[in-house]
Order: sequence, then C-alpha cells, then structure tokens
Amino acid sequence: MKDFPYTESKDTRSGFGAGLHELGKTNPNVVALCADLTGSLKMDAFKKDFPERFFQVGIAEANMMGLAAGMTIGGKIPFTGTFANFSTGRVYDQIRQSIAYSGKNVKICASHAGVTLGEDGATHQILEDVGMMKMLPHMTVINPCDFNQTKAATIAIADYEGPVYLRFGRPVVPNFTPADQTFEIGKAVMLNEGTDVSIFATGHLVWKAILAGKLLEAKGINAEIINIHTIKPLDAEAILASARKTGCVVTAEEHQMNGGLGDAVAQLLARHEPLPLEMVAIDDSFGESGTPDQLMEKYGLTEHDVVKAVEAVIKRRK
Amino acid sequence: MHHFSQPVEAKAAPQVESVDELKQIASQVRRDIVRMVHAVNSGHPGGSLGCTDLLVALYFKVMKHTPAPFDMNGTGQDLFFLSNGHISPVFYSVLARSGYFPVSELSTFRKLNSRLQGHPATHEYLPGVRIASGSLGQGLSVAAGAAQAKKLNGDDRTVFVLMGDGELEEGQVWEAALYAAHHKIDNLIAFVDRNGQQIDGSTDEIGGLGDLRAKFEAFGWKVLEADGNQFETLLPALEEAQSLTGQGKPVMVLMDTQMGYGVDFMMGSHKWHGVAPNDEQLEKALQQLEVKENSDY
Repeated sequence: MKDFPYTESKDTRSGFGAGLHELGKTNPNVVALCADLTGSLKMDAFKKDFPERFFQVGIAEANMMGLAAGMTIGGKIPFTGTFANFSTGRVYDQIRQSIAYSGKNVKICASHAGVTLGEDGATHQILEDVGMMKMLPHMTVINPCDFNQTKAATIAIADYEGPVYLRFGRPVVPNFTPADQTFEIGKAVMLNEGTDVSIFATGHLVWKAILAGKLLEAKGINAEIINIHTIKPLDAEAILASARKTGCVVTAEEHQMNGGLGDAVAQLLARHEPLPLEMVAIDDSFGESGTPDQLMEKYGLTEHDVVKAVEAVIKRRK
Repeated sequence: MHHFSQPVEAKAAPQVESVDELKQIASQVRRDIVRMVHAVNSGHPGGSLGCTDLLVALYFKVMKHTPAPFDMNGTGQDLFFLSNGHISPVFYSVLARSGYFPVSELSTFRKLNSRLQGHPATHEYLPGVRIASGSLGQGLSVAAGAAQAKKLNGDDRTVFVLMGDGELEEGQVWEAALYAAHHKIDNLIAFVDRNGQQIDGSTDEIGGLGDLRAKFEAFGWKVLEADGNQFETLLPALEEAQSLTGQGKPVMVLMDTQMGYGVDFMMGSHKWHGVAPNDEQLEKALQQLEVKENSDY
C-alpha cells in the first residue's frame, strides 16, 4: 500500500475559494454570484479583488440561477456559490430549464454537501444532490476529495464549455493530492494499484478509502483504490478495467445509495461486467445534528465501513 | 432534425416606420398563429394574439438587432427574452418574418424533429431563441443577468423581457424584481402582458395580483402603462420606456391587452389560452385577419 503523506488538513470549500480567486486573475470572463454565503463559500478573496465581477444575490437562489444563465449570454462564465442543498433541490427547475436544457455555461458550485455539514442537521445536509444533477442530460458532476483537487477542479471547469455541478464540503480533511496536479474532467485517478478488490471512492470518502486500504493490508488484502472525482461523465474504461482485474467492487460516497456514485457504477457493471458490488453510502435516510465525525460513524461512512464492505464483497466473488 | 438552409448573407433587422405597415405585419403574424395551432390542434393562441402587436413593434421597429448570422451573445444588439414561453407561436412567427429563419419552417411547429418546439428551446438551435422558457417565472432573472453582462462588456444596448400577468404569481419574479432595482439594472425593460386571464379563470380571482403599478414602484422600478393592442399608444410608450433607461432603475411597462385580440370569438376569454381552433373556426378567424398581400407560409 502506497503512502499518502500530507502536511496539513484543509477544507475543500477553501480549495474552491482559492481556485476561484486564481480564475479572477487569469480569466476576465469569470464572474461569481453568491446567495448570502460569501464567507461560508470562501468567496471573500474574489469579492475583494474583483468586486465588479462579484454579484451578491441575497437569499434568492432561484434568481441566482436565472441571472447566471443570462450572464452567459454575453460570454461570461458564471460561478454560483451556495450550500449544496440550495444549489440543487431548491432550484432544480431553474437549473433544468434555464441552464441544462438551455446548454448554458454555468458552474454550479456547492459547499456543505452531505452529513459532514454537521450540527445544522438534515434540512441542510443534502444527500441527493449528485443524483439530481447527474440525471440532467449533459450535466457534468464533479466531487473532488481535498483542497488541492478542489482548487484544480475549480480552475479546470472554467475552460470546459457547458454546465457543471461542482460539489465540495465543510470539514477539514487531509490535503494529500499534489498541489500542481492537472485536473482532467472525467478521468479517474489511480491512487493505489491492487489485486483483490476495487474501491471506487469520491469526495470525502477518498481519504476514508485510503485509511481502509491500510487496514485491509494488515489483513492481507491488497486493495486497488481509485478516486472517481467525476461522477458524470463516468470513467467507464478505468472502472471496468479495474473491476475485471480484481473481480469485485466497493463504492464509497457521502450521498444516498440511490442516485449516487454506487448507483452509476452498478449500472455500468450490470451492463458490461456483472460483478459483485457493495456500496458504502447512506441507505435511504435523512441525516441529523451531530459532529461530522459522529455522523460519519452513525451513518456508516468510516474506513471501518469500507473494510466491512470489502470483506463482504470478497466473500461474494466467484 | 429538419435541415433548413441558413441564410448565407447577413440580414439586417427590418425598419418599419409606418403604423399601417406594422398593422399589416401584425395581421399576417396573427394569421400564422391561428394556422400554426390549427395545424397541430395544440398550442396557445390566446396570449399569442394578445402580444402580437408588442412583438411586431419590437422586432420590426424598436429593437436594434441582427437576424442573420445569429449571434447567441447578441453583442451590440438589443435582446428580447420571452419568459411566458407558451406564447411561442407569436415568437416564432415574428422571428421568421423578421429574418431569423425561413417562414416556411413555421409549418413544422410542434411536430416531431422540429426546431419549433412547443415551448422555445435553444436545444434545437433555432436562431433568435437565447433561452428555453415554458416553466414560468424564470425569464426576468435571465434578462437581468444578460443586462448585467452587457454592462460588464460596455455594451450600451437594452434587454427586453415579456412575462404573463398570471406568471407574476411565481415567487422568482419578485426575487428578480428586487434584485434588478437593488443593482440598478437600468438597461432592462420588462413587459407584463396584463390580459387579466389565466387557465383557471381571471387573475383577480386566482392570484389577486392587485395594483401592479404600486407593487413595482414600491420595488424601485419605473413603471409605465400602455394599451398593448394599439400601435398608436404602444409605440409612444415604447419610446418613453427607452428614454427612461440609463437612469438607475429598471423599467416596467404594464401592457393591457386582450387575449385573442384580432379574432372576435377568441377575444377576452381565457378559454382560448391553450385551445386550437377547428377547421370552421380557422376559416372564420382568417376572414377577420385581413392582409393586403397574403404571404401565408
């Protein structure tokens, strides 16, 4: 098992803020809109240095999505910022009609996704956003795993023409991916080559998968760990190649089992390579108040849950 | 997908000055509307007929625009957004007749593989359409965003947007109304098609819209009122609306219209919101919609 050294833990939302600020310097067409959560989304630096390209929309997310769609007409590249809950469910029809169906170049940037939002509870902990967004035709869905990758993803999506949903979170997590990485939309990242099981993880669960890999190593299981930062378009080639090699699959994500990464991988396997699959995800439940760590434990999203899923899936392998 | 050859040469916007000529065009557009909805036995003739005069005035006289080649960004052009997308028949007819695409393509309205979807779509790349609409309440936000992009680009042209009055029951409209005034989006002229009708009855019964002038003024807009079916009053109102741009406030024109205007048995009734005429009714309608030189597609 490879080592993944890191010197600091940081929140992925700060990676978004850093990437957006960088874009402010390099791409004059980038504009940012925020629905009264500038600090939470780490958009302050962009706001301070590029005030003419920052639009405070207030608590009016539906309007924000329409404004962003309109600004693309004129060549702007709008980045909208609010919590994942208010970036998706609250404004689904606005995104569907004015952005996705209209083919507008809007980047929907969503923080505080999942149960790691913590104490605010289930009203704010969206666990269905990836499903909603990936169902929309031509929507790209990205869920990076740490600060560096979120920053790189933020910069990369400005150069991609089309609607993107970029999902990130609130808590600090180990910042272990390279600062100088090139982010390729739709390209899975091999973290650890293995032979016994394929673990496909996204977002905060990538680090949990790495921790699980070490625990599995101690048990004599050699896990292949792949970071699926782009859930749509899915890197089918990489996923099928790994699954064929190991013969069994575990997916891991901070999202409902319905509609998430596991769902997408299950479809792919069922159609091309039916192999045993276990999913580490929320099982048809809302979240609740608690600390992020408590919630990850209660809802079965720790490295130990990944280990259990691996052990179960290996037993099912023919 | 049908393949209609695009005009190769650049096409300038028509510049019609005389009211008589505008009336002729409006009558031809109304013929298109009733024929389009009749042909597929579906669509929304009522609101389309009511808003014909506004769209003809905008596209044939008021707006500075370039029908071909179509530029999605509309740089240096006035832009029009249709928020109440169900009145697509009038939008399509006016776009075709002002040069955005061949008039013959109107015959494909609502048919399989057409660029003229039931509600306007950019997905089919129909020149002249810059945003999909149909699900109500979204156009004012889009127009406000496009207007702000124009300001960022140093483009001094104006953005126009039309909404239905029933559509004002959507909350997003008021989010956008608040925003546009707060952000001093003064290169934006919005119209409300105040025909007083919606599917389940009158807007007074259903939504209680009340005093729209007072409401928009309270939101910080400049508000005008005009008869939307008489060029003699509509044109001066449009001129006044344009003169009010650039003064720190968005401009609202509350436009009184009659649903079904121009066809006596359709006028003033919500019954013709989304119902197509039968053969006999079509003949009767066309007899009332006279033109000097018929150019039916």
